[in-house]
Amino acid sequence: MSIAEGTKPRRLPDRLSSRPSRILKSWEVLLAGIAILIFLANTQASPYFLNPWNLSDATLAFTEKAMIGFAMALLIISGEIDLSVAGIIALASTAMGFAAQYGMGTPGLVLIGLAVGVVCGAFNGVLVTRLGLPSIVVTIGTMSLFRGISYIILGDQAYGDYPDDFAFFGRGYVFWVISFELTLFALFALIYGGLLHFTNFGRQVYAIGNNATAATFSGIRVARVKMILFLLTGVMSGVAAVCLTARLGSTRPSIAFAWELEIVTMVVLGGVSILGGAGSILGVVIAALIIGMVTFGLGLLNVPGIVMSIFTGALLIAVIALPRLILLIRKGRTS
Amino acid sequence: MKDTETTATPVLRLSGVTKTFPGVTALSQVELALYPGQVTALIGENGAGKSTLVKILTGIYQPDEGQIVVDGDPVRFPSATAATEAGITAIHQETVLFDELSVAENIFLGHAPRGRFGLIDWARMREDAAAILDRIGARIDPRTLLGDLGIGSKHLVAIARALSVDARVVIMDEPTASLSQAEIEELYDLVERLKGEGKAILFISHKFDEVFRIADRYTVFRDGEMVDAGMIADTTEDKLVEKMVGRSMDAIFPTREHKPGDEVLRVEDFAHPTEFDGISFTLRRGEILGLYGLVGAGRSEVMQALFGVTRPSRGQVRLNGETLRIRAPADAIANGIVYVPEDRGKQGAIGAMPIFQNVTLPSLGTTSKAGFVRMAEEFALARKYTERLDLRASALDQNVGNLSGGNQQKVVIAKWLATQPAVIILDEPTKGIDVGSKAAVHEFMAELAAKGLSVIMVSSEIPEILGMSDRVIVMRDGLMVSEHDRDGLTPETLVRAAAGYEGEAA
Repeated sequence: MSIAEGTKPRRLPDRLSSRPSRILKSWEVLLAGIAILIFLANTQASPYFLNPWNLSDATLAFTEKAMIGFAMALLIISGEIDLSVAGIIALASTAMGFAAQYGMGTPGLVLIGLAVGVVCGAFNGVLVTRLGLPSIVVTIGTMSLFRGISYIILGDQAYGDYPDDFAFFGRGYVFWVISFELTLFALFALIYGGLLHFTNFGRQVYAIGNNATAATFSGIRVARVKMILFLLTGVMSGVAAVCLTARLGSTRPSIAFAWELEIVTMVVLGGVSILGGAGSILGVVIAALIIGMVTFGLGLLNVPGIVMSIFTGALLIAVIALPRLILLIRKGRTS
Repeated sequence: MKDTETTATPVLRLSGVTKTFPGVTALSQVELALYPGQVTALIGENGAGKSTLVKILTGIYQPDEGQIVVDGDPVRFPSATAATEAGITAIHQETVLFDELSVAENIFLGHAPRGRFGLIDWARMREDAAAILDRIGARIDPRTLLGDLGIGSKHLVAIARALSVDARVVIMDEPTASLSQAEIEELYDLVERLKGEGKAILFISHKFDEVFRIADRYTVFRDGEMVDAGMIADTTEDKLVEKMVGRSMDAIFPTREHKPGDEVLRVEDFAHPTEFDGISFTLRRGEILGLYGLVGAGRSEVMQALFGVTRPSRGQVRLNGETLRIRAPADAIANGIVYVPEDRGKQGAIGAMPIFQNVTLPSLGTTSKAGFVRMAEEFALARKYTERLDLRASALDQNVGNLSGGNQQKVVIAKWLATQPAVIILDEPTKGIDVGSKAAVHEFMAELAAKGLSVIMVSSEIPEILGMSDRVIVMRDGLMVSEHDRDGLTPETLVRAAAGYEGEAA
């Protein structure tokens, strides 16, 4: 800012840099480039990769996690986090299995799954916003609590008597190779993208994540916004529980074990700042595609699961470190 | 200079020291001398340059011009460590101490005695800490956790820390601001003891009674210049007040018609368990009400309670005769009461978000449709108010964090004006901003008042209070001490009321 004193007030332009140059420099473009590279590598690595049915199957590796990831993205942007999401899946799935034992029909089961999600989300939200506890501690606690209840109910047993039409949520196809889950994933991507980027609510989420005090001083009801975000994350965990339970056709207490870390990884890989205040749903979508393709591609090559997680971890660190490295190199040149 | 009264040579002398920041000259050709075994009081209003001087003496800032002379040799302090090594140590208003560490660790943090293998010699550290605490008459066990001590004892630890290096010059920056009367007496004893040890003390204070109680010499700063210095014995409180306030009224303020309308806001018997009590006042349409007092008098706390950030324990707020129930800032905003906070960086602006989004944050209800943001409307609203405030920026989507302090303040003010409030509270609206931005803010305030907006202006700057207000309320220690009309109000009256000095108006 070095405009000489005495300059007459002039019309401030809306935007400084033109859109194309800004888009080219964005995180999402970097991610998309990586996604394309991985896609090409996969086509070279396995002749089975390009089969449409195989590709459709591949999406199931990330659709459920990504649905939670969208809500989680908003929560992390607001400066909070929910590590209990996989615990909520376990509890919701157990509740559905329990009800199915007694002959509950599909609509009732879905309702139960979603309701457990809402209740768990509300529980987290109340502890964080009413009692002012840090969400990372609260949700580490409820993570064990929710899954623990499932273990108490099920022990080493499993529920499996789900109605036949319930399977649609996990294995159904809407059109040709387009699965129900993939459709749901796309729908939620649009809904959450719209919510975060085009509504007042989304703007308030960014404001809270960047500076909660200034947001409060600007009249934003911070606790209310955060409560809604915990509820949304809970509901999405319920949705994921319905899909996953339907896909597996059974419930064990270890269902969706350690998913919370994969979901957070996906969100952070998607460019959402773990410190809050920045990120986009598009980034999370691309990150989901990357993780899905890597998992599936390595699976086709018969690479063991542990190698996959090593790869995902390395990718995460590489992508997070890249901008910082570029910055350091630039600084090194100028000084 | 009136240093001829003594034959002693100063331990430390500053000559011709100048320090400028972009848009502001903080210090201009300043002189200062500190003598062994004597207390020199540094007096001046907020913004007179006292803090900048302390930072130059402790190596945090480098002077642009001028010399620092220690024992007759010109020196430079490129770092805080260099100043410490030269024997200059400061006790700040809010010294950084660590609650989770012991008293001894706090005292010796960074220069703990080392034993074999470079490991900390804990036994010696405790002994040395006990010795220093004993020297300053503090009865504190060096093994106590700092967090377990009261604020007065913490202060003593801060002093012990300052003395743990072999200091010859001790700077005390408003050391009594947060102390009780008994603790203040202990501090005075300590200052006497340090004088006896031959230390040169720079004592910065707003309170005249303590200046006259313990200082031997004084130096008065005004607007970054040294305007007077001499022996305390040769001066009076009235003379010091006059020097401190001086002719700084020269600053140009917009001329205003004084014609407030009907009563808009009435605050009755506002109280808070710890911060303030018995606050009642009214505000008229088109009026600018100045709220003056020393830092810590409770002015911001009252305003934040009015805005709903904190809840008062008692009291009522009426707007246009209607009793309001304000539980959160959102309620105050909905009723047309808005607050521009003093702490721009933390409470006002969101640095990592663009200008237009900062401006529209409380007005999203009007710029959006069915909950969806409309960028075009946002840009239009943001432009309307930022251009009226003469905001200097490259574009409306520039992040606020990249603007200068003055321009950030304009964004925050624009944000609140865009809500079209009935009452706007400005907390230190021109603190730390450049002269040009200051004038723009003042002019705009006058324009708003003329259009019927009611303004409460919290300010510690006397010229601003006198230049802008129709009426002034003075607060001290959480209480309203006096109310004044603008006509015939002098700076001396304000200073006396705020400092609790009821001396004769000479």
